[in-house]
Order: sequence, then C-alpha cells, then structure tokens
Amino acid sequence: MANERERKERFAGVSDRPVQRVYGPEDLSGWDPERDLGEPGQYPFTRGIHGTMYRGRLWTMRQFAGFGSAEETNARFKFLLQQGQTGLSVAFDMPTLLGYDSDHPYAAGEVGKLGVAIDSLKDFEVLMDGIPLGQVSTSMTINPPASIMLAMYLAVAEQQGVPWSQVQGTIQNDILKDYIAQKTYIYPPEPSLRVITDVMTFAAKHVPKWNTISISGYHIREAGATAAQELAFTLADGCCYVEAAMKAGLDVDEFAPRLSFFFDVHNDFFEEIAKFRAARRLWARLMREKYGAKDPRSWMLRTHAQTAGVSLTAQQPVNNTIRVALQALAAVLGGTQSLHTNSYDEALALPTEEAVKIALRTQQIIAEESGVANVVDPLAGSYYVESLTNQLEQEALAYFDKIESMGGVVKAIERNLFQREIADSAYRFQRRQMSGDYKVVGVNAYADSDEQINTQILRVDKAVQRRQIDRIASVKASRDGARAAGALAELHRASQTSENLMPYIIECVKAYCTEGEICGVWRELWGEYREESVY
Amino acid sequence: MERKLRVLVAKLGLDAHDRGAKVVARAYRDAGFEVIYTGIYQRPEGVADAAIQEDVDVVAISSLAGAHTVLIPQLIELLKAQGADDILFLAGGVIPEEDAEDLKAAGVAAVFGPGSDLDEIIQFTQANVRRA
Repeated sequence: MANERERKERFAGVSDRPVQRVYGPEDLSGWDPERDLGEPGQYPFTRGIHGTMYRGRLWTMRQFAGFGSAEETNARFKFLLQQGQTGLSVAFDMPTLLGYDSDHPYAAGEVGKLGVAIDSLKDFEVLMDGIPLGQVSTSMTINPPASIMLAMYLAVAEQQGVPWSQVQGTIQNDILKDYIAQKTYIYPPEPSLRVITDVMTFAAKHVPKWNTISISGYHIREAGATAAQELAFTLADGCCYVEAAMKAGLDVDEFAPRLSFFFDVHNDFFEEIAKFRAARRLWARLMREKYGAKDPRSWMLRTHAQTAGVSLTAQQPVNNTIRVALQALAAVLGGTQSLHTNSYDEALALPTEEAVKIALRTQQIIAEESGVANVVDPLAGSYYVESLTNQLEQEALAYFDKIESMGGVVKAIERNLFQREIADSAYRFQRRQMSGDYKVVGVNAYADSDEQINTQILRVDKAVQRRQIDRIASVKASRDGARAAGALAELHRASQTSENLMPYIIECVKAYCTEGEICGVWRELWGEYREESVY
Repeated sequence: MERKLRVLVAKLGLDAHDRGAKVVARAYRDAGFEVIYTGIYQRPEGVADAAIQEDVDVVAISSLAGAHTVLIPQLIELLKAQGADDILFLAGGVIPEEDAEDLKAAGVAAVFGPGSDLDEIIQFTQANVRRA
C-alpha cells in the first residue's frame, strides 16, 4: 500500500536507538502501574519526588556563571539575581579546577577564561560580596578541590554571621566521572575518594543542608555517551560513593539524603523525559533494596539538569535558542529540581549578558506561560514514554552487570570500559552526522552557504591574570605567615592519618593559604593520576 | 610501499575537553594515517619533542579552552627552532575568528571550527601536507 511508505528505512534519535512507528498496550506487557509508576512523591518516585511537584514550588532556575576575576563574576551574579534567578552556580577557570594558582606557569593564558579564578579566601570574599549566604543556595562545579571551595564558602558564611546549619548549596565533588569523562582529576582514585567521604561525613554533622556531591552524567553525555550510557554510568558512580561511605562506617540514611544528581538534557525529547523517570525509579530501588536505606529521602533521586552544550551549533547560532527551549521543556516534563539553560552563543565562547538573559527567560516562559508546570508528570501512561522508561532501565541494568563483572567502577575505569564505550559512541554519532543519517539544522541540513559567523562574543580581559598574580602576592605578604605554614603542616600530617580532613582544610583557608598550596600538599603526598588515552 | 602519513593529534595546557581530539584521531586512523595522540594536559615542550621523535608530517591541535593563543604559537616556534618547519600545523575546536587569524599568522595552515566535516579535514591534510 503506497500510503504505508515511510520517509526512511530506520527511525532513530540522537542515541541511535531504533523506534517503532507507534506504541501500544503490547509494548507495556508486564508493566505494573502500581509497582512501576506509583504516586508522585512516593516510592519508586517515577512520577517525581514531590506530590505537588511544580504546583508546590517551581524548579530552581540556576544559570552557571563565572569568568574573569571575582569582581566580574560577582557583578554577573547580582545581575542574575536581579533578573529573577533563584540560585547561584559558580563556574571556575581551568587552573582553579585543577588546583593551580593563577601565578603557576601552567596557568598562563587560562586565568579567568572558562570561569572565575579563585586563588585564596580573598577572592572568595569578593565573589560573594553583598550576597546573603543565608538566603541563596549556591552550586559549585568543582571536583578535586571541592573541599577547599566548600571551606571558603563556610568561612565567608561565618564572616557574614550566617550559621553553617543554614547555608545551602552543592559541590560537584564527583571524581569518578572525571576519570570517566570530564578529566579534571588531580590525584589517583583512592585518596580522592577518601577526601570525598571526609566531606560527606563532615557535612552530615555540621552543614546539614549542603549537597556534598552531585553525581554527574552531564560530562559523560557531553563526551559522547548515549542516554542509556549516561544513565547507567552515573548511577553506577552513585553506588560506588554509597559503598565507599558505608565502608567508612557511615549509616546509609546519614548521608544518602544529601546525594544529588546532575543530568544532561539532549535533543531526543521523549528519550530525555524517560531518562529522568527511569533514573528516579532505578535509584529508589537500588537504595531501598540493595543498600537497605529506610529513610524515604534516601530513596529520592534529586537532580539538576543542564541543556546539552554539545547540541549547540556555531552555525546560525540563534537557532540554539530553540534547541535550548525544547531541551528545557523535556527537563521540566522529566521532573528536574533545578535547571540551567545554555545560551545561544556558547558554541563560540562564554555567553554575553544578553544571551544569558534570553536563556533564563526561556525557563520563565516555560514556567509561567506554557502551562506544563500545572500538572504533575503529565506524560505518565503514554505507551511510548512508559516503554522508553522501561527500556532505558533495562539497558542501564545490563551495564550494571557488565561493571560488576569487571570488579566495580574503579576497576572498570582502570580497564577503560567507560572511556572506550563513550569514545565509540562519540565517533559513531559523528559519522552519522557526516553521512546525513542524523541531521543538524544549519550544519548538514539547511545550511547557509555564505554564512559568516560573526556573533558578538564575550572576551575575557587579558589583564585578569596580572591582577590575580598581584593579589596572590599581596595576600601572601599580608597574612600571618606562621599561621599559614602551621596550617599547611598540620594538613600534611593529618592527610597521612585517617582523621577527617575538613577541619584542617578550613583552617588552611582561614589562614589565607592559597588553593595551589593546599592542593600542593596532596600532590606531593599522593602524586598525580595519569590516564591511558583510548579513542 | 608508500610510507603512511604520520599525524600527531595534541591537546595543550589545562584544556581537558578531549571528545573532538579523539574523534579526529580516529578519523585519521580510519583514513589510513599513522596516528599518535598525546592525551590531555601536555606542555608545548613535550609535544614538540614527541613530534620530532615520531617524525610526524602533521600536528593537529585541538583547543576548547582559552590558552590556544599562547600555547599553539609557542609549540610552532619550538618546532621551527628545531628545523621542523615543514610540518603542517592544523588547529580545531572553539577558536574565535579573531584568534584564528592570529594563529594563521603564527603558522597554522587551517582552523576547523565546531561542526567541521571529518572528511574535509582529512582531504585538507592530504592536499596540504608538505613532507613525505
């Protein structure tokens, strides 16, 4: 029959999973709504972690920002808060992420480029100047030095007279995904996991509203993983942290409620919605069944989401606004707790203020105008969405078995399982794009042959590095030298014992030791991790 | 038998974004090149040494961070100083137009931005390689 003809032999989205023409009840055989769906706000949380979801409270609109010096980033934060943003999110520059001060030779050319440069508490005081830490929540995307940034945050809170019990926020602190994908590692896995466990233990007691880890699929996905790989690898990492903390003697319900997640939201609309739903169901089951958590808050997968940076195109950049809007809508329909929307100019450089504002407005339009925030989990019961949710869960479980059979996450990292899977997926995707099997508007379809890419982009002032170097010199000259040296020596000593390191890190920070000095102590003791590159 | 073209795919400085570098390395390999990938966090000195030791025809540098304007010219200078000025230098990644002009002035033959066609990169390399 001629009218049965379809445009293509095979239909598949960005993850290359073939999809059927239509889905019906036969695709949900064995699916039990009571067991697999439940009620919103109840185990297994497929429908969301709150009974009222966005009717109770909208998601947190949290734009990741940071560039140049602390002064410039502080001004951007104040601008965002003024525009109705409800939480802060700090982007650090590469030297800060890797534990080098701005005056280190390796920092040349990188200071303030991809985020803000933070060398000592002095910078952090400027970064948070005039921002009431008792009222905003702050997310900090940093990993090996995460404990140091948390220590600085706590020191500034103290200066503002805000008790630690009131400060709210998140540090990424997820080193496993760094070995797997993001690559901002410094030390080998064992001491890295120890510092993470110390932070979890310390915060459980003293900073109860702080999310001590943000178990991240974002970078895994951006490095090329499919949705199923992102889901599987991220939750496997989560299990690894749970096991490390339990091994250190913590009760699962002491720390599990403070674990949070961070997922990418890519182009394949329904697959992304299903991914969030599958993640919540899987995590709830793992926590309750495998780890014996009794507190319902331990079962809940709370997550941040960010639209997919890799989906942005340098060509016809304004089109990115539309991509971001669709991805953001998927995150909201998937039930995210907070969201960052990328700016349309980010395939070219860091976003301008105008572009960031449009990105934030995109979320506000979804929240206020589209009506989707009025109903909880509106896609539940859709044959397609439920069957995709089941499928993603099954694919993740198959990866869990594979990881288990290799001896766990750390062993699988050492044997390059994740790195190889991700590199393969990235290459396959690139090839699909080259062959035209996957179309990207403005790039391999509907391209403007005479396009000149000349969007107004943000340039970071080259004087930033000079100013940072001067500030380090003045901090070192004006601090109590004996106190700083003593604090570093104590950290060095304690790092060789099993004592919790957080109090020592806090003392170093308050003594105005630099981030590079603190990381230097650990570089000397623990050495640096080096990977074997697979492609 | 004809000698295979040798390409060094490099990441410089503190830029950890290696997705593009790996994809390009694999595309070169599939196209029959001998590929050496440096991995991330390399210094210009180390990359220059590797280029000399491996006797490469092409050095392809991927940059998605800020230091390309400093480190790529440094690398080219180091190689020129060692007489390896017939190497074909390519750059790719997120490199603003203005920086691309500076890099070309420093000796980079072409800059491939986001969304570049892999086959185009391969063809450009084959057409412009100066050694072998």
